Amino acid sequence: MLETRDILETINMIDNENLDVRTITMGISLLDCMDEDIDKASVRVYDKVCRYAQDLVKTGEDIEREYGIPIINKRISVSPIGMIAAPCQSRNVVKFAQALDKAAFELGVNFIGGYSALVQKGFSAGDYAVIDSIPEALDITERVCSSVNIGSTKAGLNMDAVKMMGKIVRETAERTADRDCIGAAKLVVFCNAPEDNPFMAGAFHGVGEADCVINVGVSGPGVVRAALAKTGKDKSIDEIAEMIKKTAFKITRMGQLVAREASKRLCVPFGIVDLSLAPTPAVGDSVAYILEEMGLESCGCHGTTAALALLNDAVKKGGVMASSHVGGLSGAFIPVSEDAGMIAAAKNGSLDITKLESMTAVCSVGLDMIVVPGDITAETISAIIADEAAIGMVNSKTTAVRLIPAINKKAGDELSFGGLLGTGPVMPVRNGDPSVFINRGGRLPAPLQSLKN
Amino acid sequence: MKAVISVVGKDSVGILAKVSSACADCSVNIIEVNQSVLRDMFAMLMLAELENDTTIDLLREKLTEVEKQTSTKIHVMHEDIFNSMHRI
Repeated sequence: MLETRDILETINMIDNENLDVRTITMGISLLDCMDEDIDKASVRVYDKVCRYAQDLVKTGEDIEREYGIPIINKRISVSPIGMIAAPCQSRNVVKFAQALDKAAFELGVNFIGGYSALVQKGFSAGDYAVIDSIPEALDITERVCSSVNIGSTKAGLNMDAVKMMGKIVRETAERTADRDCIGAAKLVVFCNAPEDNPFMAGAFHGVGEADCVINVGVSGPGVVRAALAKTGKDKSIDEIAEMIKKTAFKITRMGQLVAREASKRLCVPFGIVDLSLAPTPAVGDSVAYILEEMGLESCGCHGTTAALALLNDAVKKGGVMASSHVGGLSGAFIPVSEDAGMIAAAKNGSLDITKLESMTAVCSVGLDMIVVPGDITAETISAIIADEAAIGMVNSKTTAVRLIPAINKKAGDELSFGGLLGTGPVMPVRNGDPSVFINRGGRLPAPLQSLKN
Repeated sequence: MKAVISVVGKDSVGILAKVSSACADCSVNIIEVNQSVLRDMFAMLMLAELENDTTIDLLREKLTEVEKQTSTKIHVMHEDIFNSMHRI
């Protein structure tokens, strides 16, 4: 018989501590949908996505009901459209975004990722067309997410792409200014982008992946915080790390169970479990509160980076034994607008963009969901992207930038995206003009650690 | 499949009877029961055998009614959740 204590612990995690499976994401390869004629290609894309994912939402809901655990999102990621658009003679690649959006509505998934380009070393024809069309694509569609990989430890940074992305992020925000600049919230700029990430907005189906695959993202910052609260203030750091590891293990085992079940029912191979602590705006589901529970007065004060490093590492160590395949981003996310504790810290001034930047050196992603003043220049956005990508490149880790320029707003104002994307206070950026550096273009050489062979 | 049914709430007359008759209505066989009353708080865990996966919806529906009648909190969850989370 199961232990009473274990049963009550699990029920309490789900009922009071926001334990959930954050997403079941189906990755679908579109490599066989290419065609010179863009209309034919986009019809094929729509048909294939609808055919492969027709049971995704229903299966997710069935598992949720049978097992009694919440599965918040059912999503789809596809091959980078930059590749699929390569043979097309027409440059009107936004048709692919429309096809994906239509499929997302048809299937009932809330996001579809993969309007992406991988340009860490250079552009191909399709990549240019896709990047150029991102502002329009994110304006006219609702559920499509876009990402661009502008650098890697192996290839260095494509500074031409960095320069372009500053303009694209700004233009995307401008085009959707009437909707709280929501377009920019669906656009991520990566360095070392993982090819099997199930989390949006950065999910895409990598080229080395199978035709179709199921990836699952688990969450549970509330559970970790509650576990820490029970350990008490007098425990040493070793004991805290141990407690986080044990909790991460349990959370991930649940994710692994769901992943295995979803893969079996959909007859699609299981890819990875992404064991990330992904916060939501719900009270109690915050990564910042975990850091504060460790003993920091407010997230962002000195000590935050060390606490985050401990958390990120312990989550991975606990989770890695619980799943047969761990991948994606795996670690702690720090998206400001999606985290009640981060929002509070940003509003009271203890958390600023420079502290967030140093935190990204030890967390699993990067500058995520940060609302910046509307008068920010494209060059300054590019420079923020370059700084963040340099951290990822040198440390052989994924870093990402998801900034939302709040058009016509300034520091102290607020943007509200609703739902899981939350509410973001406008955070000031540093002064000084980096435009000469950014306008140089070219390639920033890969660091010595890329020469491992 | 096996499911774990948990009932927690203020003690009153007939909680066990109502829960078990809901199970009987759905042809659910109760394998183990572990029940305790601490002061006036009632806590019960049941391990039950369900004929097939579809029965769980019906059972949950019936137990939601019991939940309302008895002012308790009732959960029905697949046994595998607990096995995978708490056993290596």
